[in-house]
Parts: sequence; structure tokens; C-alpha cells
Amino acid sequence: MPPMNSRSADTRKPKNTKATVKRLLSYIKDDKIKIGIAFFCVLVSAMSNLAGSYMLRPIINNLVSDASALERIIVLGYNLMKMAGIYAAGVAASFFQARIMIGVSQKALLTIRGELFEKLQKLPVRFFDTNNTGDVMSRFTNDVDTIGEMLNSTLVQIFQGIVSLIGTIILMFYTNFWLSIVTIVVAPIMAKVGTTIASRSRKRFRNQQIELGKVNGYIEEIVTGQKVVKVFCHEQQVINEFEELNDNLKDAQIKAQFAGGMMGPSMNAMSQVNYTLTAGVGSILVILGRLGRMGSFSALDIGGLTVFVNFSRQFSRPINELAQQLTIVMSALAGAERVFDVMDREPESTKGDTVLKDVKGDVVIDNVTFGYNPDKTILKNVSIYAHPGQKIALVGSTGAGKTTITNLITRFYDINDGRITIDGIDIFDISPDSLRENIAVVLQDTHLFTGTVMENIRYGRLDATDAEVRQAALTSNAHSFIRHLPDGYDTILEGDGANLSQGQRQLLNIARAALSKAPILILDEATSSVDTRTERDINKGMDTLMENRTTFVIAHRLSTIRNADAIMVLENGEIIERGSHDELLEQKGRYYELYTGLKELD
Amino acid sequence: MGQYWKYIKAHIIQFIFGPLLMLTEVAGEIVLPTIMASMIDDGIMNNNIPYVISRMAIMFGCICVMIIGGLGGHYLSVKASVSFSADIRKDLFKKVQSFSFKNIDKFSTGSLVTRLTNDITQIQNITRMFLIMAMRSPGMLIGGIIMALRLNASLATILIVVIPLLGASIGALMYTAYPRFGMVQQKLDSLNSGIQENITNVRVIKSFVREKFEINKFHTANEDLKDTMLRAMKIVICTMPVMTLAMNITMIVTVWRGGNLVVGGGMEVGDLTAFTTYIVQILMSLMMVSMLFLQSARAAASSRRIKEVLNTVVDLTDDASKKKELKVERGEVEFKNVCFKYYESRKDNILNHINFKINPGETIGIIGATGSGKTSLVQMIPRLYDVTEGEVLVDGVNVKDYSIRNLRDGVGMVLQKNVLFSGTIEDNLKWGDENAAHEEIEEAADSAQADSFIKSFTDGYNTELGQGGVNVSGGQKQRLCIARALLKKPKILILDDSTSAVDTATEAKIRHAFATTLKDTTKIIIAQRISSIVDADKILVLSEGNVTGFGTHDELMKTNDEYRDIYQSQVDEEVTA
Repeated sequence: MPPMNSRSADTRKPKNTKATVKRLLSYIKDDKIKIGIAFFCVLVSAMSNLAGSYMLRPIINNLVSDASALERIIVLGYNLMKMAGIYAAGVAASFFQARIMIGVSQKALLTIRGELFEKLQKLPVRFFDTNNTGDVMSRFTNDVDTIGEMLNSTLVQIFQGIVSLIGTIILMFYTNFWLSIVTIVVAPIMAKVGTTIASRSRKRFRNQQIELGKVNGYIEEIVTGQKVVKVFCHEQQVINEFEELNDNLKDAQIKAQFAGGMMGPSMNAMSQVNYTLTAGVGSILVILGRLGRMGSFSALDIGGLTVFVNFSRQFSRPINELAQQLTIVMSALAGAERVFDVMDREPESTKGDTVLKDVKGDVVIDNVTFGYNPDKTILKNVSIYAHPGQKIALVGSTGAGKTTITNLITRFYDINDGRITIDGIDIFDISPDSLRENIAVVLQDTHLFTGTVMENIRYGRLDATDAEVRQAALTSNAHSFIRHLPDGYDTILEGDGANLSQGQRQLLNIARAALSKAPILILDEATSSVDTRTERDINKGMDTLMENRTTFVIAHRLSTIRNADAIMVLENGEIIERGSHDELLEQKGRYYELYTGLKELD
Repeated sequence: MGQYWKYIKAHIIQFIFGPLLMLTEVAGEIVLPTIMASMIDDGIMNNNIPYVISRMAIMFGCICVMIIGGLGGHYLSVKASVSFSADIRKDLFKKVQSFSFKNIDKFSTGSLVTRLTNDITQIQNITRMFLIMAMRSPGMLIGGIIMALRLNASLATILIVVIPLLGASIGALMYTAYPRFGMVQQKLDSLNSGIQENITNVRVIKSFVREKFEINKFHTANEDLKDTMLRAMKIVICTMPVMTLAMNITMIVTVWRGGNLVVGGGMEVGDLTAFTTYIVQILMSLMMVSMLFLQSARAAASSRRIKEVLNTVVDLTDDASKKKELKVERGEVEFKNVCFKYYESRKDNILNHINFKINPGETIGIIGATGSGKTSLVQMIPRLYDVTEGEVLVDGVNVKDYSIRNLRDGVGMVLQKNVLFSGTIEDNLKWGDENAAHEEIEEAADSAQADSFIKSFTDGYNTELGQGGVNVSGGQKQRLCIARALLKKPKILILDDSTSAVDTATEAKIRHAFATTLKDTTKIIIAQRISSIVDADKILVLSEGNVTGFGTHDELMKTNDEYRDIYQSQVDEEVTA
């Protein structure tokens, strides 16, 4: 197996923002009209908010006017109805906007998840061998989630923030020019404070993520090996180690979250400073105006000051929100990059378009050289010929390259040198689907799917009838234990068939292969966990299974391959002996040593 | 809540002073407008610029206090929530460590990991949010209500109508949304486990060319998730408009009634402006509180999952054991009428009235078909599971009377599912005996036939193993696991099919080492191959949970059909060659 390359934990920061944004937006571009309507709604609701608060001015002015009481009441009623209209429009707009956007964002998420999954099906086996499951999973869960959050609300809120910011600024300048200058001076200071805090906390958050990764990794490892911990009475040691990691995480979290939390109070304080400055400077302006020192330059009355001060309090809110939304955008973009990274991986080669028909099963492995990494050759000039219907056995220690050969015949990995042909056709001229449809593989690591036993066996051939499934189970000897399951063939298997023994799971895998009609069969340690008597019992079934099929058998127990047509002994990636069982025993070479237990296999 | 009290108590200072300090922000926000009012009333009206400046100075002073209070409050709240959740995580981890095998079987590894990681994070976030808003929002709410009442009590009656109405409608929305989000979580879980299955089963999918089949399956689940999600979201997006609507209606009604009062001369226009400000403040804080509740709905699910672990009754403890000091000395094992099943509800026993006795120092082989109960049987000895009926005696004492530590220290067991941990080979072997000298480690490794291959690695005993021992072969892993168990110097050593990937010659060497270096240790060996146990002092034949034979190889060959049958199944093929 090629080595794992663990990806770095620091992935919260997007690298190529512009391209990522563009690509992310492409998922919602079909809904341009809807999004346009949504943004129009945002515009309406933001403006109605501003207009609503500005409406108070004529209302108040009317109340203190010199008109008669009845007149004032009528105007009040009229103004309030206008205000109600504005508010109603705002509420309706914000509802429609939200309703439209969840539709758009959920649709985009559906597409992203779907594309990611389809891509996953196209990726070569190497990808899965070199990336750990947890990491790939977190792209489906955490990363897609953050994208969802962003599409759902953040985009709209940012637009809303900008609209109200601009609206407030316009209204402020409209009310009083000089006072507006005060706010305009304070604003960049606010922004500076905000970005300083943000960049400081980013470092600490990265640190927190690293510590969190360590704790999560430790938990996963220990919980997975929990039974071993119990058997060795190692609970206390494990707890001690965990406590140390947990304490480190605690310290990192306090540091990071405090740094992040500073944003709120600091921004709040800055906006109070703005408020105080506006109030103070405004008051002085009013006094100067009353004393006639300002000339006719800028007349500020008390009413104007009150409205303005309220605006300056509102001013900080959108800035504050924008800062918060920006962190969400950042992590969403980082998430999107991780998702796109998978989507951009080189897919499995689909080279070859020959579709195999009526395969005889003549397999030739011709002078093949292969390594998972260029610097480490696993197979060296290996040649194997299998005539139709022959049974070829591969023997050798772990790491000798037996499983690698299966990986090559099925095109899970591409050969570096040499060629493999089936019925004389190079496998790279055959479409991968057609190639694999003609090869049935039973692996040592048994993998089952959530679903019934029946469904799991039927995986071998989707159009098989129930009777055919039962027949396959009989062939593989799985029938006897399936019968004893609570619901027989309808028993639901969960969590990779955790409720079955390893041997039973292997029997199901064999049944799956038995159902398939592929003319080439590969059994990779298929019965390693089946007890010898059961194995003998299946042997009869196996014989039917292998009849008329070219079979490659990789087995640890040499007894199971005795009747092979040819046995290949692999060592360090080379075939060092080949021949029938009897021939090899006569040679008194490595096979003889292995068979008689003189030499260790592993 | 009650269950979390002890974690709160440990950080009670932060839990109290964090929110209290946040009150300085509230006070500041309420006081500042008052100072500003006096700035206008006394400063502007009297054209007194120095007065205005002095008020400004006071306001800046207030802001300083607010900053200190706000930052302090944040710091304490963060510290409280992080420490709180770190303590829970620690206890949760400790709890998992105390789990019996049965408990472990009940929770899947994945779900335990999520509970210890994501669920704790949820709790931590909600606690922090709660601490920061606990005093702030109610403070603003109460402050606002008091100010509103002071200004005009009759006008404030509107709040008596609006607040319960708003509360009720938010409650109703949440009540509808909550189960829908439960559905979302379910669909999401099953979608994710489907993806996970796909990733681990990738070779099967590819070799059967089932990519399209899987994609179709996924698309159905994906669409389903989207629809479920939309159903839930449709409710949630109503909260904001409903709240805004309530706020707006209140505003209009207040201005209408207040306006009438002003016109009638019953109220100052300035008071009305102030009153509307407070109304906004009250409804805003109400909104914050309901947001907090909305968030806590998610945290409640996490909390439930955490409590499920914390409240799991560990069904196998040594609390009732009578001879806690007793250690395993000789290594004698006796089963008296032992019955066992994993689940009470199952009808059939896995083990049926088992009786046998093993003398100290003997080597016992156990053989039987897949699923015959071999593993279950040996797991009774170190008390990994408790018998359903009968008793297991070690040195003549019921295993339930030993302390678990002493019993398991005396019984070394190599599990069928071997696990190595990340760290060096030496670190891993030291699990058997932390204080083992390097020579002892080499000795154990040598007995397990691991020394030579370890030394062939460039870093020897300091070779780093990846998680689960990914960088050694199956047979090597098994031998390392045996060495690890040997280092315990147990009185009873159990090997559960632990040499299946080791070839016969090496296995013979291990057997030879056992016979010479572990003469006094009782050895119990489960094997598939007769050759692994043919030399054993006695062989126990298990069939569907019953002992059908117990004797030497020669005896069993004469008397036991099943044994002979197993023997034939293996020897037939190997000898005819």
C-alpha cells in the first residue's frame, strides 16, 4: 500500500480567492433571475428600514407643529399609515428574499454534493489509498456545510450591510455635512482595529485547529482500540495522556476565542466613541451656531443633532456585521477550495473503448513492472500466462506484490512498463467498465453495504432473481448461516456487517462473486478467516464457481491452492518459481520450503 | 442542567463574574444617552462649551469602563465555557475508558468519536453564547422596560400584549421546526454514512462497475435531504419576519397612542422619542433571547447524546468483588456450568453449560467452526464479558471476586482484532509493561519471533508505527501483539487466532519459545489449523456453543468424530502432496 500523506490541518484560509468565488458563483448562475429578485428584495427591505426610522422625523415635527389638534391627529394617522406601508413592504421583501435564497442555496448544495459524489466515483483507487477517510468525509460534511451557510444568508447579509451602510452615510451627509466628517474619520480607525484583531485571532484560531486535530485524532485512535486498552488495563495511562492533550486544547481555545471575542466589545466601544464625538462636536457646532460664529455656513438644530446621533449609532452595526460575515465567507471559501480540490483531481483514466464480448478468459501479463511510487518498484518484469479456464495461484509473503497484480489486472492502478492483455486485447484498449464487468474480485478485506443480506449478495448482479441469489449463497456455503439469522435473507446488515463474524462476511463476498457471470475470477485471500471444514465444504461450490472461468487465487493457506494449474511464487516483486504443485515440490525450491514449513512466509 | 452543575461549580467564579462584567456594557449603553441628554439640555441651552467638553470627558471615561468590563466579561465567559467543556470532555473520555466490552459494542466507534468531539463543541459554543448574552439581553430588556414604565406606564401596557404574543408565535415556530430539524439530522447522518461506506468499499464498487448504481442511490438520498432541509428552513426563515412585524406593529401603535397623548398635552414629544427608542431596545433583546433558544435546540440534541454516554451504566465493575487484593498466582482455570449470550433477549445461548478445568502451566488448544463460540469462551476468563449463568474460576476463585486490574494483569490476551497505536514499536510493546527494560522488550520480541524483523528496520525498535500499525504486514502485526502480551508476564496467556497470518514455520518457533520460556504460564490457544495445537496438553472442541470433546490429540482422534473431521479437512490435502 502506498504511504498515507496526511494533509495539513491549516486549511481555513483560502488561497486563490478570486477563482474560488467565481467558481462558487457558477453554481447559482442558473438562478440569476431569482437571485436578482432576492437582491431587489434586500434593497427594498434595507431601504424600508432606513425610511422607517427617517419617518419619525416628519411625525415628530407634525406633533410639535402649530396646526390644530384634529389636523395633527389626521396627519399623524396618515403618516403612520405610510409608515405601516413601508414596514409591510420591508417585512414582505425580507420574507421573500429568505424564501428565494434557501431554495437557491439548497439547490446549489444539492448540485455540489452530487458533483462531488460523482467525482468520487470517478477517482482512481490511488486517491482512496492515499487520503484518509476522515479527511474526505469532512469535505462532504464540514466544508459543504460552511458553503451552505454562506449561500443561505451571508451573501444576502453582506449586500444588506453594504446597502444600509451606504444609505446611512447618504442620510448622514443629507442631515449635516460637518458632523458626517467626524464619522468618516472614525470609520477607518474602526476598520483598522477590526482587521488587527482579525489577523491576530486568525493565528490563534489556526493554533486551536491544530490542537483540536490532535485531540480528535487521539480520541479516534483510542476509541478504535478501546478493547485493547481494556485488556491491558491501560485506562489510566490513556486518561493521563488525554488530559495533557485536553489541557493544551483548552489553553489554545481560551486564547483563540478570547482574541476572536475581542471584536464585539472593541467594535462596540469604537461605536460609542463615535457616538460621543458626534454628540460633543455636534453640541459645540450647535452652540457656535447659536452664538452666530458659524455664519450661515452650517446650521445645525437640536432636532437635526438627535437624528444624526441616532444614525451614528446605527452606522457601526453594518460594519460590525460585515466583519462577522467576512469570517464566515473566509471559512466558506476555504471549504469550497477543499471541495474543488477533490473535483479537480485527475479522474481515473477511461482510456480504451473496446467493449469485450464473449470473453474466453485468456489473460497474459507480459513483462510488467510497477511501483506505487516511482522510487519503489513492487513488481519487476513479471509475466504470467493464464489460458481460458485455468486456475493460477500466487504465493509469496506479504508485500511480495500478489495483491498488486490484482490491482493491475482490474486497472485500479496503471502499469509503468509491460502490458496485460485479455483475449489478446491490451487492457488499456478496453473500456474500464467493460473490463471490470468481466472480472469478479473477492477481496480479503470484506466490505458489505448497509441493507439486507439479499441486497448485498445481489450486488454481484443487479438483475439476479431471488432464487439465483439463494443459489449463489448455497454455492458459497453462506446459506446455512443466513438461514439462522433473525430475518434470514432479509436481515439488515449495518456498519459493514458488524453483526457477522469475519468468516461469515467472507462467505457473503464469495456469494456475491458467484452471482456474477464474469469469466475471470480473482480470489484474494478470499477464505482466510473461514474455518477449514467450512472451506472444504465450499470447495465443491468453488469448483463450480471456477468452472470455465480463468481464476487467479491468492492464498495464504497453501492447502487451498494445491490443485491449481500453475503456481507462481513471488518474492520481492519477482516470480522466482513457477509450475504445478507437484513440479514445484520436486524442484525442492522455495515453494517446497514454504510448503513443508521450512521457510517463513511473512 | 442538573447533571452539568458539578462542571459549572468548578468554574463558578467565571460563570458568575463573566456575565456580571457584561453588565457594564449594558449600563454604559443605558447611561450614555442620559449624559448626552444633559449635554443638550444643560450645555447647549446655556451655550456652555466647557460643560459640553466635560460631559464628553465623562462619556469617554464611561467607554473605558465599558471596554474593560466588556473585555473582562468576554475573557471570563470564554474561560468558563472552554474549561467547562474541557472538563466534560475529560469525564466523557474517562467514562468511555470505564466501559465494559458490552458497553463498547453498544455504541459504534464513529458515534463515540462524534460525541467526544462535535457534540462537545456544540455545548461549548452555546455555553459561551449564553454567558455573553445571559445578563446582556435580559439586562437590556429589564432596563428598557423600567425606563419605558418610568416614562409612561399606560403607554407601556402595549408590551403586556406584544411580548407574550411574540413569545407564543416564536415558540410555535420552534415547536414545528424542531422535529423537522431532527429529520434533517437523520437524513444527513444516513447520507454521510452512505458516503463513508462508499469510500471504504471503493474497490468493491469499482470491480463490480457499480458507480452508476451508487450515484443513482446517492442522488435519491441527496434530493431527499434537500427536500427535508427545505421543509425545516421554511419554518426558520419565518422567525425574522415575524419578529420584525411584531416590532413594527408595536412601534406604530405606540406612536399612534403616544401621538394622541402629545396632541392632548399628556406627554412631551421628547419622551415619545425616547419611548420609541426603548421599545426598539426591548424587542431587540427579546429577539436575541429567542435566537439563543433557537440555537440551543441544536445543542440540546448534542447534550442528549453526551448524557447518553455519561449516564450509561457500566455493567461490569469490580465494586462487588470480595478479594480485591488477590492476584493471579498459579494460572488454573475452571469453567463450571457456564452459559453465555450477548443479549438477554436472544433465545439461544452462545455458550451452553460449559464445564472444563485447566491446570497451571498447561497448553490448551481450542478448535471449532466459524461462529462456534471460541472467542466468547476465552473472553470469559479475563472477565471481558460476564457469564449469563454458572461461574468461571481462576486459581479456584470466581473471576468476579478479583479486582479487574489484578485479574487482567494476570491474564494476557491477544485479541483477534489486533490494534497497534501510533508511536514507536518500543512504545507499543511497553503497553505490556511500562517499566520494562530494553533487554526485556527484546526478549519478549524474540519469543514472539518479532525481534529479527524489528531489527531489520532502519530505526529498529524506534520505528514509528502509523495509526493501527499500517506500515507493518499482517503477520508482523500479529507477532508484535503477541510480544506486547508476553511483556505482561501473565500467568495465563490467551491467543485468539493470533497467528493466522504467520506461516507455519514461524508459528512453530513461537510455540517452541512458549514451551521453553513460558513453562509455568497457562496457555490457551484458539486456532484454525490443527498443526497449531496438535502438541497441546489438551484440546477443546467447540461446536455451536457446546464442548464436544476435551482431550489430547490422540484421544480426540480416537473418540471425537468432529475433531477427526476437522483433521481430515486439513491433513488430507497437505499430506497427499
